Amino acid sequence: MQDIIIQILNGLDKGSAYALIALGLTLIFGTLGVVNFAHGALFLVGAFVAVTMQRILNLSYEVIDESQTDFLGNPLKVDTPYVIGWFGESAGNTLIDWAVPLAIFLAIPVMLIIGFVMERGLIKHFYKRPHADQILVTFGLAIVIGEIVKAFYGANPIQTPAPSSLPRTIDFGTWLGYEANAIVYPTWRLVYFFFSAIIIAGVFAFLQFTTFGMVVRAGMADRETVGLLGINIDKRFTIMFGLAASVAGLAGVMYTPILSPHYNLGMDFLVLSFVVVVVGGMGSLPGAVLAGFLLGILQSFASMNEVKAILPGIDQIIIYLIAIIVLLVRPRGLMGRAGVMED
Amino acid sequence: MKNSRFTRRGVLKTGAIGGAGLALPQYLRADGHAGFTNAPQGDTVKIGFNVPQTGPYAEEGLDELRAQELAVEHLNGMGDGGMLNTFSEKNLDGTGILGKKVEFVTGDTQTKSDVARASAQQMIEREGVIMVNGGSSSGVAIAVQGLCQEAGIIFMAGLTHSNDTTGKDRKANGFRHFFNGYMSGAALGPVLEAEYGNERQAYHLTADYTWGWTQQESIQTATEALGWGTVQNVLTPVGAGDFSSYIAPILNSGADTLILNHYGGDMVNSLSQAVQFGLRDRQVNGKDFQIIVPLYSELMAAGAGENIKGVFGSMNWNWQLQDEGTAAFTRSFGEKYGFPPSGAAHTCYVQTLLYADAVTRAGTFNPCGVAEALEGFEFDGLGNGPTLYRADDHQCFKDVLVMKGAENPTNAFDTLEIVEVTPRAQVEYPQDHPMFAGGDLGSCNPGA
Repeated sequence: MQDIIIQILNGLDKGSAYALIALGLTLIFGTLGVVNFAHGALFLVGAFVAVTMQRILNLSYEVIDESQTDFLGNPLKVDTPYVIGWFGESAGNTLIDWAVPLAIFLAIPVMLIIGFVMERGLIKHFYKRPHADQILVTFGLAIVIGEIVKAFYGANPIQTPAPSSLPRTIDFGTWLGYEANAIVYPTWRLVYFFFSAIIIAGVFAFLQFTTFGMVVRAGMADRETVGLLGINIDKRFTIMFGLAASVAGLAGVMYTPILSPHYNLGMDFLVLSFVVVVVGGMGSLPGAVLAGFLLGILQSFASMNEVKAILPGIDQIIIYLIAIIVLLVRPRGLMGRAGVMED
Repeated sequence: MKNSRFTRRGVLKTGAIGGAGLALPQYLRADGHAGFTNAPQGDTVKIGFNVPQTGPYAEEGLDELRAQELAVEHLNGMGDGGMLNTFSEKNLDGTGILGKKVEFVTGDTQTKSDVARASAQQMIEREGVIMVNGGSSSGVAIAVQGLCQEAGIIFMAGLTHSNDTTGKDRKANGFRHFFNGYMSGAALGPVLEAEYGNERQAYHLTADYTWGWTQQESIQTATEALGWGTVQNVLTPVGAGDFSSYIAPILNSGADTLILNHYGGDMVNSLSQAVQFGLRDRQVNGKDFQIIVPLYSELMAAGAGENIKGVFGSMNWNWQLQDEGTAAFTRSFGEKYGFPPSGAAHTCYVQTLLYADAVTRAGTFNPCGVAEALEGFEFDGLGNGPTLYRADDHQCFKDVLVMKGAENPTNAFDTLEIVEVTPRAQVEYPQDHPMFAGGDLGSCNPGA
């Protein structure tokens, strides 16, 4: 039973990342009608905003330590971060330790700007082009962004740890009445799950309870009519693109302690997230979230040794298998609107 | 009647000379071959460096490339000469190879077997390279080795650790300086016994391809010989990223040791996530839970950061070794690039020098002559102590390093520390060892 609970937690955690990326993809598809294959790259950029924040906080000045030598036998250059010089050892180290959460404040404006620039500079020119053109151009953009990241940060994964002042694990089992250490789970993964839940709830609340959100929803349902009412729906959709980019970026920032970021991270998530969107239903926000968590949990269960003993290799194909079944049985996806993707 | 011009003495003399000629090693008469692929023309010779310049092992590949460029500089008489000064053979004098200036071309393997083969093929057919060197990943090495065998080109493998490279997939035109999975197991076994005793229960996570399989088999054999049990071996897809689904079952499996048969980004992620799951904070079977990473590299250690502290593994070579050859190479590389070389860089540098030396001793670029010069070749001064290139399988035998993640690194470069230099005798095995069975070198192919 403990193994099942841990795999459910794992699934919720994986599903959080899928749901956040799929939510952004769906927002863009639902508002602008664009199939954005560069959305994984926005997740990547978010992750590297966290890396950048870590590097900014670790910016250092060199002090020569004559008592030690480097690998060539020269006096050792010791790096001391400026923040330690400015705020003292304790406060400086705390700032460095909390680089990932602090990166959220940098990521929001950066991702909004990137979203605006991407939409105004490139995507808008492809609104009336076939989906195939949109896929090609956004996929090309994703490759370019990945290569730029590699040029600046290299190809190796970069450690961006969670704050060490947080406990490494939580004894989750004791909350459920199990004995101590029966079900321990990484603290940061639970943080990620709750963070995702807040972001998802925030996006839904924004769309549901604000006038802006109401107009956007109306535009998603019938863009032409909203335009005829004298509302500049394009401007609102551009803002929604920025919002979707921010959601992907924040998902990337907070995911860095779980998976060390590398330049290909966006591609790793992109295909899975598209499958999530298709399973959930193109254009359906609740569908994206539901499918994200559902596929995350199924993928985790498929990785269990007991399951693989019966169905070897199922862990590597489960998501695609589900996608095939859903497309065959219900082409519009679990919660998709009738008529979308059913042709 | 015409007198015969043959005399008894003349016949004996001619026979003796002829017999001596036939008895000469093949490489000393290799120029007698009708021809061979890409025989160098003019006063230059071109070699190919086929390394991952993009993809997951790009950093490692770029480090290999740096070392190979340095080797070419040294062969052409530039720089401080590096390991040419410490190499036990003194045939290389900085005038290139056989008096021909060395030029090189590079290819990008992308760590994909098909791409690596295409890249090597292009270098052979369009660029006319006489030898292909480098690469990371055993899948790539085996693929390129097969191509070079067909093309009649010498392949000097880079970072390839699968037993199969010089086991069931060995080829007469292919040579491996790097160590292998069996050697890692043989070197790690006694150290693990001394550190962790004889009553451990090991759980393996294994990369699902040739290297992972043979690495896992080797380390399982070594640990079971100590008396350890094997709880489970779980194959994981390469590039899985999030290993949490594979790590979670370990928590209640009864295992007290996790062996990560992963490399590169997979190892960085699986190790970091295992630590996140609190494995190293646990006590199981009355023992502290331990993690072992059989194959280490400096670049992986840097990627894993704090998580690597105290974790045992093995390496082919490390810049912290104290011998003259290591010091010379580390100084050359460090002064040129500003940081110490990786193990992958070392093996590619050494392979370039070994090839050049073999050509010089053979007196020909003919791959069959070069192969014969390398077979059974004993040398020293290249950083691993006395080393043998075994004729039977083209595998180098030398000391192996047991490493541990440094508890208190003083800088970015000493994240690993040397625990033990395992002597060569301890990691040797017969060429027909079951883990290497099924292979056949075949015959050397000179190509054209």
